[in-house]
Amino acid sequence: MTLDMKVLSYIAVMAGVTYLIRMLPFTLFRREITSPFFKSFLYYVPYAVLAAMTIPAIFYSTGSVMTAAVGALVAFVLAWFNQPLIVVALSASAAALLAGFIF
Amino acid sequence: MRSPFVKGLYHGIPIALGYLSVSFGFGIMAVRAGLSVLEAVLISVTNLTSAGQAAGVGIIAASGPYIEMALTQLLINLRYALMGISLSQKLDDKFHTPQRLITAFGITDEIFAVSSAQEGKVTPAYMYGMIFISFCGWSLGTLLGAAAGSILPGALTDAMGIVLYGMFLAIIIPPARQHKSVLLVVCLAAAFSVAFYYVFTAVSSGFAIIFSAIGASLIGAWLFPVADEAGKEAA
Repeated sequence: MTLDMKVLSYIAVMAGVTYLIRMLPFTLFRREITSPFFKSFLYYVPYAVLAAMTIPAIFYSTGSVMTAAVGALVAFVLAWFNQPLIVVALSASAAALLAGFIF
Repeated sequence: MRSPFVKGLYHGIPIALGYLSVSFGFGIMAVRAGLSVLEAVLISVTNLTSAGQAAGVGIIAASGPYIEMALTQLLINLRYALMGISLSQKLDDKFHTPQRLITAFGITDEIFAVSSAQEGKVTPAYMYGMIFISFCGWSLGTLLGAAAGSILPGALTDAMGIVLYGMFLAIIIPPARQHKSVLLVVCLAAAFSVAFYYVFTAVSSGFAIIFSAIGASLIGAWLFPVADEAGKEAA
């Protein structure tokens, strides 16, 4: 268990910058947004962020495109039928694990 | 019904499990880069972000300048500023400056996505519950990965890599199935992301997500404006 002073300064810079990016807009922005365009934009952002993060990264998430594709397919079908987040997430992982024994 | 804090904890379970597996990988990576277990855990408890931490460890390992560290974190985590503004529109009246200062620490892609997907406003207690369990998963995973990464069978840690993405699909598919507008935005964002991944490879992953998401959301807002919170169903 060692703690290097130089590493500690790096961590302080990392943590400081990351917190400020999160805190400043979230804390200072108090107005209710009225612009329909900006409101619509903000409404779509979370879905767009998640879609961009998931595709194509999901296919490289298990170290094998085949097992990842099986997991993704299972997640897609379960999500299509409105299953809870935890069920979809863990079933995808279990499917990828099982697929790993086949491929 | 459950208290808001417990509801937040419950909604945070898949996030925490996903984080456990992702941060496990981060712990392994940090130790391989020459950091101690304590340093790896310290990064996770103070940063609570995946891409930024991974890039940060690379800079520490290369003894890069502090300004590079600051700029890299700024660019990779810029999306949190956007998410913060978006989430600020969903806050319950119980949110004052102290509650905002605390909750700001826990704005991550997943916490933002799950809390945004809630009907109506969110309370501080709900956010604290979700942030608390996610934070525990993230910190514990880092500790386990850093301390014992080589003990678990590889097949299991590999399969855990898909957990978070499975959760993402569970968040975006039901609304995309229901609303043509969300379907369009999701497909556009995915298409842009694929283009960045395979064609415009010079763009780093953080920027690729920002550009894809902003582009898709702008087109969505232009073609399908949402009237108000209640008008979501009509979109």
